Amino acid sequence: MIQLYKMAWRDLGRNRRRTFFSMLALAFGVALLVFMDSFIAGEMRDALQLAIKLQSGHLQVRTATYNEDKTSLKWEDLIENPDAVAARIAARPEVQVATPRLYATGIVVAGDTSAGVRVVGIDPDSAASAPFSEGMTSGSYLTADDRGGLLMGRTLADKLKLSSGDKVNLLVNTSNGDVDQQPFVIRGLFSTGTPGYDQNTIFLPLSKAQAIARADNRASIILILLKDQDQTDALAAALQEPAYQIKTYNQMNPLLNEFEQYANAMMYVFYLIVLGITATVIVNTLVMSVFERTREIGILSAMGMRGGRIMAMFFAESSLLAVGGITMGVALGSLISAFVQRYGIFIGDFGVTGIFIGERIYTYLTLKDIITLAIMAFVITLLSAIYPAMVAARLEPVEALHGGK
Amino acid sequence: MEVTRVENVTRVFTIGKVETQALRGISLSIEEGEFTALVGPSGSGKTTLLQLLGCLDQPTGGQVFVKGQDVSRLNRNQRADMRRGTIGFVFQFFALIPTLTAYENIEMPLLLNKHTPTERRDRVMQLLEAVDLADRAHHRPDQMSGGEQQRAAVARALAPHPAIVLADEPTANLDTANGEQVMDIMTRLNQETGVTFVFATHDPRVIKYARRVITLRDGIVA
Ligand SMILES: Nc1ncnc2c1ncn2[C@@H]1O[C@H](COP(=O)(O)OP(=O)(O)OP(=O)(O)O)[C@@H](O)[C@H]1O
Ligand SMILES: [Mg+2]
Repeated sequence: MIQLYKMAWRDLGRNRRRTFFSMLALAFGVALLVFMDSFIAGEMRDALQLAIKLQSGHLQVRTATYNEDKTSLKWEDLIENPDAVAARIAARPEVQVATPRLYATGIVVAGDTSAGVRVVGIDPDSAASAPFSEGMTSGSYLTADDRGGLLMGRTLADKLKLSSGDKVNLLVNTSNGDVDQQPFVIRGLFSTGTPGYDQNTIFLPLSKAQAIARADNRASIILILLKDQDQTDALAAALQEPAYQIKTYNQMNPLLNEFEQYANAMMYVFYLIVLGITATVIVNTLVMSVFERTREIGILSAMGMRGGRIMAMFFAESSLLAVGGITMGVALGSLISAFVQRYGIFIGDFGVTGIFIGERIYTYLTLKDIITLAIMAFVITLLSAIYPAMVAARLEPVEALHGGK
Repeated sequence: MEVTRVENVTRVFTIGKVETQALRGISLSIEEGEFTALVGPSGSGKTTLLQLLGCLDQPTGGQVFVKGQDVSRLNRNQRADMRRGTIGFVFQFFALIPTLTAYENIEMPLLLNKHTPTERRDRVMQLLEAVDLADRAHHRPDQMSGGEQQRAAVARALAPHPAIVLADEPTANLDTANGEQVMDIMTRLNQETGVTFVFATHDPRVIKYARRVITLRDGIVA
């Protein structure tokens, strides 16, 4: 067994350049896959964290009848006295912050342009609003008692050619089915780094939003952020009561789960394509090796080496190629991924709706992904030795001995 | 005792529509301890006969026996098992594995026959001495002369104590001095250890070493 590896090793050493380039082909394939893997994993992770941070939170409390899709504003669908409810929830030790939000739909009109928007009433001082206050790109942030100011996503402002200080008209659907309108001053522009969010979101202080939407002292949801994401299900169970529906971030982001499954399936297809290509390089190398060594194979066969052992020799060779190529590939891929994990890649507005994708994607590399990939690459490289090994084992000793004479 | 025997063997090679009758019905027996030359003009079937005696090839007709066992209809792996440890080969080209040293080449058949590390080391050292290559043990074939390579090949053929060593023109690619050295070594090993040798040759200087000469002509014993 050791002898087989010794021979395989030296045989690879006999044609160093060919060996190197075969390994390199495998290494590039593996590196590409490591990077793709970490890219998708990073994107999915970021998309989920963005969705939690900007929109869903870890948990939301809603009334049992609240219909998210209709942005329902009927009083019986809203949570009454939301500050008190939020304060009660926030008192739990596992909760980082709980804050009421009111959602309404509306239209921003500026001169002769307009755009449909989602009006969000927030508590500007809540820690849950930090992504917005920290994302201010111009002007000033909201105060809780502001009656005539709003915050606008910068992407939306760019589209409408507006900037901080400009005046707009805001039309809002109200709880009794009317539309109310009122002039507002754009206090400031924010950017969450998520074009899909920034292009249709307007913030008002909660009390002002309640007033214009005729919601009285009510909110659509209580948004909850936890200290530890893993506590989500436990707290969801604890908060359960008939008047409420408690939604977890997984329930609120179903598209992300689907997308992740889809991306993983695609990734496997991609694995097979890339590794299939590298496998052809390995097959080629090994077939050449078989032809160069026909006489050697004849000698070993004459000595009484069985076909299986001869095959094993080529499997030894391909496993060495695999170990070398995969090691190089994982190293290279991890290096690139580590770099992108740190600095990110700018992709701009990806034009995806329904899930949040930041302007920058940061890769995320897990050991599990690397191991899965390495095993898969190893198996495929080994499999690619089957054909050459069979060619070698089927050589008749007499003919093999003639070969290369 | 008989080591190997052929009975009325024929071997026909078919290439396309052309049939070549390499052997046309040969019967002969090789006894233990023989030192036998197989001679005859080019194309007379010497190599073909050695390959049948050595279980490398299968006859078209007739039977081949090795140590009394009919090996004419064995499959590839069964023939490999038959050869392993029982039949040693020396070829005209210096058939060493180019990536292995002289030592490792000689050790190879011992590994295939599952000898212990100690047995292997002792046997390889003993054979290196016997073929006068002790100082070349860790040289690769491309670092050795033709004569040295062929002596290593003889040592390798003998390593697992085979019943018979078949040598196909072992000196054809060697100069006179080296050829004689190889023949001297084979003769000595035959006398000292009693191992059977059959070698094919054209060379009168080699034929004179033989104690028995079998002459082939057009695929039959002349
Ligand atoms: N694999 C083969 N395919 C076709 N014909 C073959 C094959 N091997 C040998 N022959 C033919 O069989 C005949 C005997 O060949 P063989 O090699 O046994 O002769 P030889 O006595 O060893 O000759 P030489 O002294 O030149 O080595 C020749 O006519 C040869 O062309
Ligand atoms: Mg011949």
